Order: sequence, then structure tokens, then C-alpha cells
Amino acid sequence: MSAALVQVLAVMLAIALAPLFLGWVNCCRAWLSNRSAPPLAQPYRALRKLFGKELVLAEHASTLFRRTPYLLFGAMATAAAIVPTVGTDLPFARAADAIALVGLFAAARVSISLAAMDVGTAFGSLGARREMMVGFLAEPALLMVIFTASMIAGSTALPTIAETIAGRELAITPSLAFAGVAFVMVLLAENARIPIDNPSTHLELTMIHEAMVLEYSGRHLALVEWAAALKLFNYACIGFALFLPWGLAPAGAGAGALLLAAAWLVAKLALVGAGLALIETLSAKLRIFRAPEFLVTAFLLAVLGLLVHLLLGS
Amino acid sequence: MTPLSTQLIHLCAALLLLLSFAMLSQRRVAALVLLFAWQGVALFGATLVVAVGTGQGHLYGSAAMTLLLKVIVLPTVLHRLIVRLGVRWDTEPLINTPATMLVGLALVVFSFGLAQPISALASTLTRSTLGIAIAVVMLSFLMMITRRKALSQVIGFLAMENGLFFAATSATYGMPMVVELGIALDVLVGVLILGVFFFQIRDQFDSLDLHHLERLKEER
Repeated sequence: MSAALVQVLAVMLAIALAPLFLGWVNCCRAWLSNRSAPPLAQPYRALRKLFGKELVLAEHASTLFRRTPYLLFGAMATAAAIVPTVGTDLPFARAADAIALVGLFAAARVSISLAAMDVGTAFGSLGARREMMVGFLAEPALLMVIFTASMIAGSTALPTIAETIAGRELAITPSLAFAGVAFVMVLLAENARIPIDNPSTHLELTMIHEAMVLEYSGRHLALVEWAAALKLFNYACIGFALFLPWGLAPAGAGAGALLLAAAWLVAKLALVGAGLALIETLSAKLRIFRAPEFLVTAFLLAVLGLLVHLLLGS
Repeated sequence: MTPLSTQLIHLCAALLLLLSFAMLSQRRVAALVLLFAWQGVALFGATLVVAVGTGQGHLYGSAAMTLLLKVIVLPTVLHRLIVRLGVRWDTEPLINTPATMLVGLALVVFSFGLAQPISALASTLTRSTLGIAIAVVMLSFLMMITRRKALSQVIGFLAMENGLFFAATSATYGMPMVVELGIALDVLVGVLILGVFFFQIRDQFDSLDLHHLERLKEER
């Protein structure tokens, strides 16, 4: 199959699978806390419902507020084009490497924060400030994680990193283990998961992500929620590319190999979703002022990974 | 491809470093003792792997001594001290935790830089871990500086000894048995005497805060 076709298919797959992954995490969370789970396809139903609803805009909402959901969704879809999901032959990934990917996430974060402050409600600006605080602490940690993997692979392009790490002989690598733990912590913080933010709260003083999107409704809210699901999916796939890069289809693979890679992806997502739900069930939400400590630990682990790699060469 | 023994030593060294940071950030004294015991386990693992990898007979003795003293005896003594003194919590450290961590990170960079030329000259199996050993010493030193309570300072002191032991193992495959036995006895007796000191300090000042010891003159 041609590389361009694989690229388009990968993005479509990411957009289609993202709500399913979110639904799976929600299911696991419900099971672990002894509740009966919502159906696996619940996020799709919520999206359909929201797309069908009327759009209500605040009186003073500017163009920024109206454009942001599209921008957000576009940024996450672009990110999905850079991150290897099923195949490593992504023409788009040559244009933007992992550092550009972090920048893309930052751009999305800035736009949603600006939109949250745009309407002028108290909750919006509160959520925006908290989001920026978490973001500015999580971003260096994420960069350090990526640098550790890049130094091992000798490249900052995610498909190349995935190929190199998958092709290595199996060895104990403490630096990658440190980076892996740091990455999980960043993932939890960036995707508004439990130690930092609770994704299932509304109208509580502790929320971060929900506070920012309170003013959105109808198709705008649907896009924002879909983008959030896509962000979680992208982070999971970055994690796969850096730490579990097995089962990706090589360049020039046929349809059969791609299907096999997709099966691998689903299996890994199922496993990681269950793991994520387990972490969220076992940990308590931190006070917002403890969040810097959590993220400094993530940064520390990532830098330690980098230093240990430099010193030990492993 | 590096041999498996080197990989295992690297793993143990990385764990030692990680545990040092965990100790630096830990506020509860009881958990600190547990982390110290785990550091002993990592040290035991590293020494055992070096012993097997190099065939140095006396290192088996060192490893056994580490297991006995640093994993079993000292944590037990410290734990009983905590129970008898009734101190389960440390007060806030002098600098807040994130700042301590960042200072610790700078220390790690410094010690890795310090160790680079030394390990470039060495030819031992473990030469690259010297930087980590120095870093563990530095971090334990930082822990002693940033804590106020006597008990956590003593644990910092013991962790420093762990770092020195690891440095000796990685630089020269360990010190002679006589020296190691001497050090082990020193550490054990030191902890016992310091245990007595704790009770004296507490009787005198009603607290284990060493801040009170800074004033040497009696008040008139």
C-alpha cells in the first residue's frame, strides 16, 4: 500500500478509535469500583447526542471562542498523523518530529485556555490558569522523556524511534524505565486524569479541564470532547512508540500486515486502558498545590533517565 | 551487546539512585527506614552480581554482611527506636520538596561529571557506576543538611555509608575484608550510641529537633 494511503488510514483509525478507548477506560474504572459499567460505545452516543443539539453561545463570545473547538480537533488530528499507530511509514512525520508534536499540544492548550477566558466567567479563567500551571510543569518533563528515547534511537522522529527501539536486542534499560514512569505521570496530568484532575466531576471547585469547557455546548462541546479523547489516544500511542514499539507494520507493508498491526494496537490499548483505570482507582486526587510536586517528580525521573543513559550508556 | 552481569549492575545502580531520591522526598520517618532497607537490598544485589561476575571471593562476604546489617539489623534497630521515641512524622524539611529535588538533580549532574574522568581510566567491570555511587553520597549529604530531626539525619548518614560502600565496590571491587568488617562494626555501634543520644536529647529538650543544639551556652 502506498505511504499516503497508510497515512490517511492511520488518522481515520485514530479519530474513530479514540472515543472507544475512552469508553474502555470508563468501563474498567466502573468495574474496578464495583459499579455496573456504561456500554462501551457510550462516548459515541454522547457525541451523536451533542452533534444533534442546538448550539448556544454566550452573548460576548468572540470569534476565538467559536473557532477554538475546530482548532483543537484539528491539532489533535494532526498529532495523530505524526504518531505511529499502525505503520511506521508516515510521510507526514518527516515534516514534524516529536518536539513539534509537543509544540502542537502546547498550541492546543493555549487556544483552549484563551477560549475559556474569552467568555469571562469565573470558572473559565480559573480552569485556564490551572491548566496553564499544570501544562508548564508537564511540558519539560514530556520533552525530557522524548529526549531520553531520542538519544537511544539517535533521532527525534517518532516512527524512527519506534523502529530503532523495536529492532534492538532485548536488554535491561534503566533509563527507559525511568522515562516510562515519568511518561505515565505526564500522561495522567496532561489528560486530566485522577491524581491531578477528575474527568468525571462537574461543578466542583477542584476541576481543571471541565471548568474550561463549561461554556461550550452542542457541536462545539462534541468537538472539544472528541479532541480530549483523541489527545488521550495520542498520548497512549506516543507511549507505545517510545516504550512498547512492537507490532508496528514496517514501510511498504501490505494490507494483511496493517490489519495485524491494528490488532496489536487494539490489544495494547486494551491493556493500557485497564492499567490506566487501575492507577486512577488506586490513587486519590491530589490537592492542586501538590500538583507541582507530582510533576517535579515526573521531571526528575525523566532527567534521571537521561543522565543514567549518558553515564551508563544503557 | 553488554553482558547480563553489567546490565544487572546498571539496574541495581539505577535503583540505588532512585531510592536516594525517594528518601530525599520522603517526610515520614517510618517510610524512610523502609526505603533505607530497600537501598540495602539494592546494594546487596549489586555486590552479589559483582561477586558472581568477577569471581572475587571476599565480595560474597561483603554481600552477606550487607544483607545482614543493612537490610535486617539496622532497619530493625531504627524501627524500634521510632516506636520507643514515638516519632512517626518528621517536620517540614528546611527547603520545600521540589526545590530539594532540583538541588539533588544538580548534585547528580556534578557527581556524574566528577566521575567521568576517573571511570575513563578504570578497567573494572563496574567503572561506569562510580558516578552513581558519588551521587548517592552527595544526595545523602543533602538529606542530612535539609533535615532538622536527629533520626532522619542519622538515616542520611547511614545512606551515605551505603554510597561509600558502593563506590568502593565499583571502583576497586570492594575494600579488604578486615576494613569492611571494621566499618560494619563502626556503623552498628554508631547507630546504637546515637540511639542512646536520641533519648538524652529528647529528655533535655523535649524534642528531637537538632536546632536546639545550636546554642551551646547555658542560659542564665
